Formats: sequence, structure tokens, C-alpha cells
Amino acid sequence: MSSSIGLKWLMAVTGIVFLLYVLLHMYGNLKVLAGQEAFDTYAHHLREIGEPMLPYGGLLWIVRIVLIASIIGHVYAAFTLWSRSSSARPQGYAVKKSISSSLASRTMRWGGITLLLFVIFHLIHFTLVKPNFNSEADAAAVKESPYVMVSASFSLIWVVLIYTLAMIALGMHIYHGAWSASQTLGLTSTPRARTVAKTTAQVLAALIVVGFLIPPFYLYFSSL
Amino acid sequence: MRLTLKIWRQDGPDATGGFETYTVDDISEDMSFLEMLDELNENLQARGIEPVAFDSDCREGICGTCGLMISGLAHGPEVTTTCQLHMRSFSDGEEITIEPWRAHAFPVIRDLVVDRSAFDRIIQAGGFISVDTGAAPDAAATPVPKVQADRSFDTATCIGCGACVAACPNASAMLFLGAKVTHLGELPQGQAERNSRVVDMVAQHDHEGFGGCTNIGECAASCPKEIPLDVISQLNKDLRVAARARR
Repeated sequence: MSSSIGLKWLMAVTGIVFLLYVLLHMYGNLKVLAGQEAFDTYAHHLREIGEPMLPYGGLLWIVRIVLIASIIGHVYAAFTLWSRSSSARPQGYAVKKSISSSLASRTMRWGGITLLLFVIFHLIHFTLVKPNFNSEADAAAVKESPYVMVSASFSLIWVVLIYTLAMIALGMHIYHGAWSASQTLGLTSTPRARTVAKTTAQVLAALIVVGFLIPPFYLYFSSL
Repeated sequence: MRLTLKIWRQDGPDATGGFETYTVDDISEDMSFLEMLDELNENLQARGIEPVAFDSDCREGICGTCGLMISGLAHGPEVTTTCQLHMRSFSDGEEITIEPWRAHAFPVIRDLVVDRSAFDRIIQAGGFISVDTGAAPDAAATPVPKVQADRSFDTATCIGCGACVAACPNASAMLFLGAKVTHLGELPQGQAERNSRVVDMVAQHDHEGFGGCTNIGECAASCPKEIPLDVISQLNKDLRVAARARR
């Protein structure tokens, strides 16, 4: 497991956990389009799934624990491999050109750090602190209704901009990450399988970027 | 052709190196890159300067001895070895930067010569078949399906030059490993040691201080023998199967 391929495995598997979570998250976000009642009911229902077998919010906590464990594994593997790579080439080249690698593949590490910072901001923004950036919005309603909370934020262009940049970073990370994971898991041993994996990664990345950006832009333009 | 060459000079493994700039004149575009360096060395020698040390052997692209980082590209701008690269790939007046392969596992011996015995130790760890495969006529007694034979042969064209490591931003040797594992793993004779081979070779690879793969693809793009990236997937798959079998 501590071999470079073992760590890549950890990276790939935890990456797939994030990918699945992000797809579910995107689906939930799109409920914004159905209006305040549908979105608020959905947000509330998330906490009731599995009752009475699970306590209130139980499933949410299971998901959170899986995600926290995954982020620890993903970041640990990333930094261990990063440091190994740095010591694998103590002296760099004076001149070095890239022939075939994509921008996405070359920005996995810094892009990943950007995403980590964004996730922290995003959790503070909509889960932990829920600061009200919009002075025009009613503070009590923001705490009360998830729909009001997101629409108050996304009527501000700078918030929309932060989320747009973050989603582009996410799209690039998935574009290389999903293909790279299938390669690491040994699923792309034929040229055909490789094409399929690359196409799947492209489709997933595009789907996730577009799917996540529809609600903020919809809310921004409806607020005008 | 007149060229300006910025060449890495280093007196020995522990010496601090640096770039020296030389000018060469009357270079024919039909010369190979190494002939151009021979020309430079004759000039240097005539002027009482120590010639530039570089590796070469067959000079026909089959041995894997030569290998230089030429203006940021392993083996230069063509898909071939440095010895088979010709000066027509460069233009008159161009400045060319020449560096040795850079990797912790490939320490510089002198100037542009690096020690690639890490690759030999990886092969010693598992890149072989121990069973007696018999004499030439016995080869026909073991049928190998065409698809497998072709893939095995294609990956067996890896000459171990180290361009994959040189081009990889992580200095990873996974393409080399993948080529060897696929070459032997596609053949019936390679099955007996298939699991231990991949485990031991990956362990040796990591032990030598090569980096991990990020599936960027610079290795395959720089490979003079065009070993495809799917051998790394094959390597990962073989390791996965071996890890399961061990349990």
C-alpha cells in the first residue's frame, strides 16, 4: 500500500468517492430550479432519510464521515507522492518542454489545493457559519430557508464569480482525475478502453461544470 | 549550419556542474546529432579543451545507450533516439541546450553521461523468465496467439534508454516497468513468475527513488520506440491481481 502504485490506488478510490458525491450534490442543487418550496423540502428531507432506523440527519453524517475519511486519504496520498516526485528529480532542467500533457494534468496539484481551499470556504459559506453577504437579504430568512440562503448569496456577482472559477478548477481536476483513476485501477489496458475512459472523463467534467453552474447563474439572473 | 550549443559540463559525480557555451560551424544537415557532437569534440580537443563526455554505442537506434535532453525534449524534437536524430531537424543559427537525463536514480557520472544501472537492478528484481524455454525449434511448440505475440513484441522494443524517466515531471519509470511487465506477461512462458515479477519490480522501482506516475503521458510521447501509455494500466492491473493473489 505504501508503494507509489498503492498510494495512487488510494488516490483513485477516494477520488471516485468524491466524484459520486459531487454528482449527487449537483442533482440536489438543480432542485433550485423547481423553486423555493421544492428546494427547502429537499434540503429538509436529506436529514430525514432512513428515519426511524437512523437518527435525524443520520445519513448526512454517514456521508460526511466517508467524505472526511476520503479527503484525508486523498490529501495524504497526494502530498506523499508529491514529495517523492520532488526528491525523484532534485535538480531540474534548464529547459523543459511539454509535448502531449494537458494543462489539466499539469495543474492537478495546485488545482487540488485550490479546490481544498474552496471546499473550506464553501463549508463556512453554506454549512458552518452561513454568513450573510447580502445586506438586502433578511438575516432571519437566510438562516431559516436554504433557498433564501443560496439565492441571497448568488445575487452577488462576486460570489457567482468565485463559484464559477472553483467549478472550472473542479472540471479540470475531474477531466484529468477520472481518466487517471481508470488508468491507475488498471482498466485502460487497451487503446479502445483508453478512448472510452478519456471520453467518459470529458463528459463527466463537462456535465459537472455545467450542472453546478446552472443554479448560481439562474439565481443571479432571476435576482436582476 | 552554424549553431550555438549550451552544454552541461560536470567533472564528476560530486562536482558542481554548469553550462558552457560553444559555437560549431559548417555542420551538415545530414549529420546525426552525435556526429555534430563528435565534430565539436574534435574542435575542443584541437584547442586543448577536455571533450564533452556523452554516451553512445550502436548509433543505429537499437541499443538505448545514447540519450540527451535537447532543448527540453528527451532525444530532441523527433520520435527517435538521439543517434538517429539528424541536424536537418534544427535550423541555422539555432541555440541548442543539451543536458543529461535528470533523475535522482540516474546520477550524473560526467557531463552528459548518467548512470542508468537502476534500470538493470529493476530487471534483476523480476524482468526475466526463469523457466528453460528450450532451443529455437521449441519456440514453435508453444503456440502464442497473434494478438498477444504482437503486443509482447511491441513492448519488447523498449531499449531502456531512460527517455520516459527524463521526460516525466515526476521522474517516474512506470513506462519502462509497464513495457517490461507487458512484454513478459503476454507470453505463456512469463506466467509462472507473473505475480512476483510485478511486485518485485515495482518495489525496486520505488527503492531506486523514481517518482510516482501521474498519467500525464509525457513518457509515451517522448519514447523513441513509441511504447503506448496503456502498458502503465497493464502494470497497475497486474499489480492489483498480484496483491489479491497474495492475500
